[in-house]
Amino acid sequence: MDYATLLQLLDTTLRLATPLLLACLAGLYSERAGIFDIGLEGKMLAAAMSAGAVAALTGSAWAGLLAGIGASMLFALLHGIAAITFRGNQLISGVALNFLASGLTVLIAQALFQQGGRTPPLSGPARFNAITLPGAEALREVPLIGPLYYEVISGHSVLVYMAFLIVPLTWWILFRTRFGLRLRAVGENPAAVDTAGISVVGLRFAAVGITGILCGIAGAYMATALQAGFGREMTAGRGYIALAALIFAKWRPVAAMWACLLFGFFQALALRPDVVQAVVQVRVPVPLLDALPYLLTVLVLAGFVGKAIPPRAGGQPYVKER
Amino acid sequence: MDRLPRWADITLVPLVSLLFAAAISALVLLVIGQSPVEAFKVMVDGALGSPYGWGYTLYYATSFIFTGLAVTVAFHAGLFNIGGEGQAQLGGLGVALVCLSLPWPHWTVALIAATAGAALFGAAWAAVPAYLQAKRGSHIVITTIMFNYIAAALLVYVLVDVLRPTGQMDPASARFPVGAQLPALNDIPGFNLIFQRPVPANVTLLIALAMAVVVWALLWRTRLGYQIRAFGKSEAAAKYAGINPVRITIIAMLISGGLAGMMSINNVMGEAERLLQNSSEGAGFIGIAVALMGRNHPFGVVLAALLFGFLYQGGAELGLWTNIPIEMRIVVQGLVILFTGALDVMVRMILERLFRLFRSTKAMRAA
Repeated sequence: MDYATLLQLLDTTLRLATPLLLACLAGLYSERAGIFDIGLEGKMLAAAMSAGAVAALTGSAWAGLLAGIGASMLFALLHGIAAITFRGNQLISGVALNFLASGLTVLIAQALFQQGGRTPPLSGPARFNAITLPGAEALREVPLIGPLYYEVISGHSVLVYMAFLIVPLTWWILFRTRFGLRLRAVGENPAAVDTAGISVVGLRFAAVGITGILCGIAGAYMATALQAGFGREMTAGRGYIALAALIFAKWRPVAAMWACLLFGFFQALALRPDVVQAVVQVRVPVPLLDALPYLLTVLVLAGFVGKAIPPRAGGQPYVKER
Repeated sequence: MDRLPRWADITLVPLVSLLFAAAISALVLLVIGQSPVEAFKVMVDGALGSPYGWGYTLYYATSFIFTGLAVTVAFHAGLFNIGGEGQAQLGGLGVALVCLSLPWPHWTVALIAATAGAALFGAAWAAVPAYLQAKRGSHIVITTIMFNYIAAALLVYVLVDVLRPTGQMDPASARFPVGAQLPALNDIPGFNLIFQRPVPANVTLLIALAMAVVVWALLWRTRLGYQIRAFGKSEAAAKYAGINPVRITIIAMLISGGLAGMMSINNVMGEAERLLQNSSEGAGFIGIAVALMGRNHPFGVVLAALLFGFLYQGGAELGLWTNIPIEMRIVVQGLVILFTGALDVMVRMILERLFRLFRSTKAMRAA
């Protein structure tokens, strides 16, 4: 494999890791607050459809982004009502919302555009287009680093850079602010938080809301940046891969970034079986490459790659003692 | 707070949940500019209006009984098996390997062997998540989801690179030999008086009903069933009573995976007569809705499976005859899971309030 192919792979990795990363960070907030969310997939899907539809109707990618966040927040609110207010089963609620999103997105897209459940192809300002970072053109001729900067780092949409900036921001919020401390506490020991006079319900709703925002960005990225419009089931299990990355990263933001980059790299590899074959000298079946993130997650869960210990109060509804 | 009477808890809670799901589905149809009344008419007509429609409704219901029972058994052990889809697909692989391995002399022999193969492959696919949950404490929900994806990838590989006959383009196995083809309901004496045209519902329906009885007997009439339910109610109490948690977790998941795998004799052996990609078509997931709707009782599961059979056949008819996309049935499925599984506390609260109101007016009248 030559340097140009490697750069191409890394460039694809970055683009494919972005929705994973956003969804993974989304899950991080929710699960750190003690609310399991296997509905990341559905929220992304709902956001992708809304973003694709609104961007097509208004011609503005930013309006699409807002619509995506709105749709995702609506699903997050439903999850919050089921899981926090009515203390329902969080896993079942997530499964239900995934199905709901899967069906509703096609129904609404079909009703709006009559294009077989897709939204019309987007172009120009209706999409988030690539940005050339300052100095990329000038540095292009510098050996090794120049092409790396020009091909891999530069030339992505604004949402990609936003996603990677949210990583340190999340770290700072979780580990350096009062809100973050309380958020983590409510995921470990909600009774203690309650005793301190802080609202468990309020904190958990805040966390679920942040999850909604981030999934919204992830979905909007899918429909208005990675691709040019919404297509049915376009998230294709990314919500679950993000969940896998979250466990792989043991619920830590920076590790989550590395996990998502790794899983994004696998996805990039699955698109280039020829490159894989050239490197390992054996024909690797594409399905095996597709399954790698899942296999890796099972290995992590099995405790072979370090033990993943979830937040202690995760999945349990909080009942105030009477 | 007053408790609901038992009869209300068993019948009213699922019915009211269903009403909520139906009301919101109707609302969704109105929003996308369709008539809910018309849609319902098309569904009833297409799924229940003719023996032909019933043939499809019962065909879907057969698959859903298996996957619903699978989720039920795991639920009773306190385990949420979302892996029914993957287990069913592996079950399909088991069926295909059995059916293609020998020139079967008669379908009865082939059926017994294929059922064993389906159950074995489904159970094996559930065994790893079960072991990881029991021994290493990894969450079964996540591992079974991962195993669904791994199963899908595995089947793509097997169908493209291993089982596909040379010269065939589509990723599928060869057609099963004649001796391994199951009689449909229209081939069975007695049933053929009702079903005069070929229908996909086949003899597997009877096996599904028998399995419902077997699961009921297992859960409520055997020592193992008692242990499973005790473990599901309270792990600590079960341990104290000498029940081995590792053993129960693994056995319950093996039974669950086996049941999910067995659905493949319906669709792979009974209908397609060869193994296709994504053969289970989401039936593994519908098992979750069916188990929740059926209140985790085999009798309820059979009723709920019929309801979802109606929904699936009716939904297909909607896709054919109206402008409503076939995805409408996924919306209804999601709503049913939401109301019966996650918002059940809300439904109960509403009913409890109604009952209290009813009781207080009765008390006032008596006074």
